[in-house]
Amino acid sequence: MRTKKTLFVFSTLLMSSSLMFAGSVTGKVTYTGTPAKQKPIDMSKEPSCAKQHATPITGENVVTGANNSLENVVVYVSAGANDDGKVPSQAVTYDQKGCQYVPHVLPMHTNQELKISNSDQTSHNIHPLAKVNQEWNKSQPPGTPPITQKYEKEEFIPVKCNIHPWMHGYFVVLKTNHYDVSKSGGEFKLPDLPPGKYTLTAWHEDYGTQTADVTITGAESKDVNFTFKAKAY
Amino acid sequence: MNRSKRYLLLTAFGAALVGGLGVQAVAQDVPTIDPKPSVVVRPIESHIGNTVGHSESAKSDYKRYCAGCHGTYGDGNGENAVWIEPKPRDFTIATFKCRSTPTGTLPTDEDLYNTLVRGITNSNMPAWNTFTKQQRADLVAYIKIFSPRWDKEKPGQPIQIPAEPPVTMDSIAHGKALFTKLECWKCHGPHGEGDGPSAATLTDSKDQPIRPYNFALAKDDSRFKCGVTNRDIYRIFMTGVDGTPMPSFADVIQPNDAWDLVHFLRTLQVHRHGKETEVLSTAHGVIPPYVDKNPPPANPAPAENKAPGGGQE
Ligand code: HEC
Ligand code: HEC
Repeated sequence: MRTKKTLFVFSTLLMSSSLMFAGSVTGKVTYTGTPAKQKPIDMSKEPSCAKQHATPITGENVVTGANNSLENVVVYVSAGANDDGKVPSQAVTYDQKGCQYVPHVLPMHTNQELKISNSDQTSHNIHPLAKVNQEWNKSQPPGTPPITQKYEKEEFIPVKCNIHPWMHGYFVVLKTNHYDVSKSGGEFKLPDLPPGKYTLTAWHEDYGTQTADVTITGAESKDVNFTFKAKAY
Repeated sequence: MNRSKRYLLLTAFGAALVGGLGVQAVAQDVPTIDPKPSVVVRPIESHIGNTVGHSESAKSDYKRYCAGCHGTYGDGNGENAVWIEPKPRDFTIATFKCRSTPTGTLPTDEDLYNTLVRGITNSNMPAWNTFTKQQRADLVAYIKIFSPRWDKEKPGQPIQIPAEPPVTMDSIAHGKALFTKLECWKCHGPHGEGDGPSAATLTDSKDQPIRPYNFALAKDDSRFKCGVTNRDIYRIFMTGVDGTPMPSFADVIQPNDAWDLVHFLRTLQVHRHGKETEVLSTAHGVIPPYVDKNPPPANPAPAENKAPGGGQE
């Protein structure tokens, strides 16, 4: 028994050793200019949701933080990483809570399992407006089990609930596992990048995309920052 | 043909002539006008019973009867499309409203065929019932040349519909409870008049405004887009109307409960006479509250989840 365990630990160490020489990219996403003011959302038609928010929330198309940081930007390896086909076995999850999508932007690998749940006391219809993949539209009343789906092709898919027109989010279907979504300080991190040349793409739903090239030579951490131009409307 | 129509035709002809001359005059200065790429008609089959349709055989029929609305390239941008609401279907994305198959899947050949026989009420899509079966089967095959999905995917597995149970007051009352609980009223309105709280904001997947179906408006059976029988209504809320806000409820309604919902929906068609309205009138138009004989231990719906006014009392 004991020998088996040590053997196991040893072999996992060996296997992950290639990653010991892997590098990473960290950085920050910021904006210049003045973003349009996000409109407050009137949820009075759905009291069970309205009461979950102490103060009225605003739309989440553009979420900014201190020092011009920009949240909800998907940063991913768009060229150079070769992990096509390695679909993670764990599902990504998407929740409907307080008549909002949590998270607002959800990246996933092609063919990865996607689990959609409804934590609200009201029915939602979950309607991802896919164009490259197939569009579907399902009702999800309170207390029903999660809906499981997957997407075969790369696509940025707007998601909406027709019953609650303010609800809006994104599925970002990628052919890589090297991605992150910028956090409240605009920061992101792409770990485990083996040596090589990469193109990074940063995508924001209102401000478009930007790219940057980066070369990883060993166990180093490279700094890459993105700056988007805010749209005033 | 009446006089005004003939006049219209004549002026249209006149305009075409003038337009034609105009183009010729210009054409001398602009000798090469790039022709638009022609459509590649891939050989695709359709199977309707024993009839096999061939895309190549529908070339001239499509050009003559369909392209004016659906466009030469099947993208829904035919020359008449600008005048039409709702817009002609875009065949390049292969999203269809009238299916027997689950939301997000391709319809069967029969589904498309039946749409051609029926036409789509409250739209400009005519019924092609003067065509032969072969012509329609060929057109079904032709529709498929516009999207590569037809090469890669099979149509979905048609949803199973159990035999219809008898119409009873119990069934109608349960259907009404489901209409409230599943929040159909948020779009269709508490009396099914298409005026629910979310109705005004609805748009289809091409961003065109769309109204939820108004059950009360129908004088007879004829106003459903995807068929008028009880089975057609059962199918529509189980499959959803893809490309529109109308979702699929297949994952959340049990097969027999679905029939109860159909029976209740029929009572919303207040100008229609049928079994459902007969049962209702013997009870003087009053639907009693539904009492669940074996209530599940699920958490109760919160108070604000009730339809305002709550259907017809
Ligand atoms: C006068 C315009 C017009 C003509 C001509 C026309 N259509 Fe249509 N068609 C429409 C419109 C409008 C819709 C969409 C209706 C809606 O969404 O309610 C439609 C929808 C359809 C659909 C989609 C059904 C579904 O389930 O979504 C098919 C298939 C179709 N047409 C086939 C044809 C074929 C084949 C022809 C030629 C024989 C044809 N149409 C001619 C206007 C037209
Ligand atoms: C998010 C809004 C929404 C909800 C919720 C909704 N519907 Fe609909 N429904 C629509 C819209 C929009 C249409 C019209 C589609 C069209 O014209 O193409 C429609 C159409 C229909 C039709 C007519 C289809 C036809 O053949 O013409 C039926 C029947 C129907 N809905 C039943 C229901 C039932 C039953 C429920 C609840 C279990 C429900 N709907 C919930 C928006 C909704």
